[in-house]
Amino acid sequence: MTRLLVRRARIVDPSQELDEIGDLLLEDGIVKAIGALAVAEDVDVDVDVIDADGLVATPGFIDMHVHLREPGFEYKETIATGCRAAVAGGFTAVAAMANTDPPNDSAAVTEFILRKAAQADAARVYPIGTITKGMKGEQLSEMGEMVEAGVVAVSDDGLPVRDPNVMRRAMEYATVFDVPVIEHCETPELHPKGVMNEGYWSTALGLFGIPRASEIISVDRNVVLAELTGARFHVAHLSTSGALRRVREAKARGLAVTCEVTPHHLVLTDESLKSYNTDAKMKPPLVTEEDRNALLEGLADKTVDAIATDHAPHHADEKREDFDHAPFGIVGLETAVSLCLDRLVKRGVISLSRMVELLSSGPARVLGVAGGTLKVGSPADVTLLDLTRQVRVDPESFRSRGKNTPFAGWELEGGPVTTIVGGRVAWTLE
Amino acid sequence: MRLRHKDLLGIETLNAEEIELFLTTAASFKEVGARTIKKVPTLRGRTIINLFYEPSTRTRVSFEIAAKRLSADAINVSVSGSSVTKGETLVDTVKNLQAMAPDVIVIRHHASGAPHIVAKEVEAAVVNAGDGMHEHPTQALLDAFTILEAKQKLSELKVVIVGDLLHSRVFRSNLQLLTKMGSHVVVSGPPTLIPPHIQELGAEVAPTLDQALVDADVVMMLRVQTERMTGAFFPSVREYFRLYALTPARLERAKPDVILMHPGPLNRGLEIDSAVADGPYSVILEQVTNGVAVRMAVLYLLAGGPGESK
Repeated sequence: MTRLLVRRARIVDPSQELDEIGDLLLEDGIVKAIGALAVAEDVDVDVDVIDADGLVATPGFIDMHVHLREPGFEYKETIATGCRAAVAGGFTAVAAMANTDPPNDSAAVTEFILRKAAQADAARVYPIGTITKGMKGEQLSEMGEMVEAGVVAVSDDGLPVRDPNVMRRAMEYATVFDVPVIEHCETPELHPKGVMNEGYWSTALGLFGIPRASEIISVDRNVVLAELTGARFHVAHLSTSGALRRVREAKARGLAVTCEVTPHHLVLTDESLKSYNTDAKMKPPLVTEEDRNALLEGLADKTVDAIATDHAPHHADEKREDFDHAPFGIVGLETAVSLCLDRLVKRGVISLSRMVELLSSGPARVLGVAGGTLKVGSPADVTLLDLTRQVRVDPESFRSRGKNTPFAGWELEGGPVTTIVGGRVAWTLE
Repeated sequence: MRLRHKDLLGIETLNAEEIELFLTTAASFKEVGARTIKKVPTLRGRTIINLFYEPSTRTRVSFEIAAKRLSADAINVSVSGSSVTKGETLVDTVKNLQAMAPDVIVIRHHASGAPHIVAKEVEAAVVNAGDGMHEHPTQALLDAFTILEAKQKLSELKVVIVGDLLHSRVFRSNLQLLTKMGSHVVVSGPPTLIPPHIQELGAEVAPTLDQALVDADVVMMLRVQTERMTGAFFPSVREYFRLYALTPARLERAKPDVILMHPGPLNRGLEIDSAVADGPYSVILEQVTNGVAVRMAVLYLLAGGPGESK
C-alpha cells in the first residue's frame, strides 16, 4: 500500500468548486481523502509527506494534443522523452496524436504506444486513433478495435479530412463508440504554398499567406456535419476569432461541439515571424491581435473547453532550413503552464480556477477520460504549482528532444514544481 | 560616412541617409563603366561569391561585372533545385563557403528570408540579390539611381507600380525605398495579385490602371511571374493585356516627361506592349547599365574599401 500525503496546499479544484487550504491523501493510486484532514495529525508512519505549504495543488493537468512522434520519428521525440517532458511541465496525462509512421490506425499501433508509455512510467498516455486508414482521407479506420485497445478519440491531425462525405461517415461511425472526432480544421486548397497568416506581415515578409478563412470554412463544414450526424466534434488548436464565433454559436444551439486553444495562440501574434523565426512557424499559424483577444475572451466565457499545447517537436536541423521549408510546429509541454500562469492568470485574463479547469476537467470531459478532478475515488493525479517560481525558458534544459520554441529566454512567473501520477511522484523540481 | 550594417539584406533596414550614400557612391563608379579600361583596383585581393539558388542572367552578370571592375575575385556558384532535393542545407553550404574566407557572399534564393539566415551564420558581408517574394534591394537602388538621373530628385514623385505585386520582391523593395525618400507610390493590378495590407506599407491602390497613370512621373511595370504562381490568378493573357498592360495610349495619361521602367525580363505582349518597351519613355536599358554602378557601390561599401579591414 502506497500512501502520499500532500499537506497544507491551496487546493484548487474547479470540478468541486474548491479553493481552500487543505490536505490531500492519496492511496493506492486514488484520492482517498481531501480537505482539512483530521488524519493529517496522526497518519501512519509509512505515509510519505509532501509539505505543500505555499503551493497550489490541482487535479493533474491533461494535455489533450501532443505529438509524441513514436513510432517513426524517434529523432524528433520518443514516447519516453515526451512523457518525461510532460511531467516536467506539470502534465500528468497527454493525448497522443496519431500522425506517426505508421500512423495509429490499428490496434497494433495503439497497443505499442501504450506499452511504450507504461515502460516510460511518467505521464499517462491516451492514444488518439486516426479517422482514416493511413490518414489518407479515404477509408475509415477500424475505430471499434482501436477504442477497445485504448483509443479515446479519433483524428487525422496534421491533415484535415478533405472529403465531406468521408467526414460525415466518420462522424456517424464514431457515435457508436461515443468518442470525439477531433479535426485539424484547414482548407488547404485555399493556400497551396501558405506558410504563415495572410496579412500585413506575410506581405511585408514576402511569404505566402494562409487566410483565416482556411480554418473558418472547415469549422463551418464540420459543425454542419456534427449537427447532421449528432457526433461529438472537437476543433483542434482553434486560432481565429471567426472560428471561435462559430463554436460559440454551435454550443448555444446545443450541439456537441468543443474546442481547444494553444498557449502560443493566446500569447503571440504573426508579428513574431518578422525575423523569419522558424521556431514561430506552426499550423494553424499565429494570427492577429484581434484573434488573440477573441481567444482570451473565449477562455473567459467558456467557449473554449481546453488549453492544449499541440506539442510538435522537430529536430533542430529541420528548423534551420529556410522559412518555406522548415516544418510546422513548436514544442509546448514544458512552457505551457508557466505561460498560462504568467500571461493569463497573473494578468487577470482568467482566474487560477478557470486555468485549472482548462487544463484538467475541461480536456478530461472532452476526451471522456478519468481524472481532471480531485474528488475522492478519482485517479491520484496531482499537479503542484508554485505561483512565485521564477522561470527562465531554456530549451537546452527541456526533457523533450524538441527544442523548437519561440519562448526561449522568456522570463515567466509561476510554474509546476511537482507532478504526481497515480499517487507517485513522477517529477519534482530540482 | 560609413555604413552601419555588415550586410545588405533589404531596404527595410536602411534609412534615407544610407540610401543616399549608396546612390552617391554609385554615381562615382558609373564613370568607370564608360572608360576603355573598365577597371579600378579598389577591391583587389577581395573574394566575392555569387551564390545563386535561382536562375538569373541579368543580376548575376551584373554582380560579376561589378566585382571584376573593382578588381575583386568573383566566383559564381549556381545551385539548381530546391534545398530540399539537393541534400545539403543552406546553412551547411554557406558555412563551407565561409571556411574559404570570402569577403562578400551575394545570394539569391527562392525562399524569402534565406539571406537573413545566411547573415547570421557567416562573417562575410551578405548581399541579398533577391529572396523569394521579399526583397531585392540592389534592384531598388538601381531603380532609384535611374529615377534620380532622370528627375534629379527622389521625393515628391508619383511612382506607379503595375502588375504582379503579390510575387514581386522588386515591388516590396521599391515601395519601401520610394516611401522613405518621400515619393508617393500608387499601385495597380488584378486584385488577385495585390497582396493584403499594402496600404499599411505605404502604397495607394488605384481602382484602375487608367486612374493610376494620371500625372505619373514614373511608371514601373512588373513582370508577371508565372513560375511562382499556383493556380490561376487571371483568366488569360489576352484579358490581362487588355486590362493591365501598358500601351502607348494608356501612357498618355502620365506626365509628358514620364519615364518607363521594368526590372526585366520582359513579357512582351503580356504586361507590356513592345511599342512602349522600346519607345522614347523607356529607361529599361539604362536601369541595366546603372545596375553595375550600383552593385559596385554596394560591394565597395560592404567590403570596406582599400586597405581597411572589416
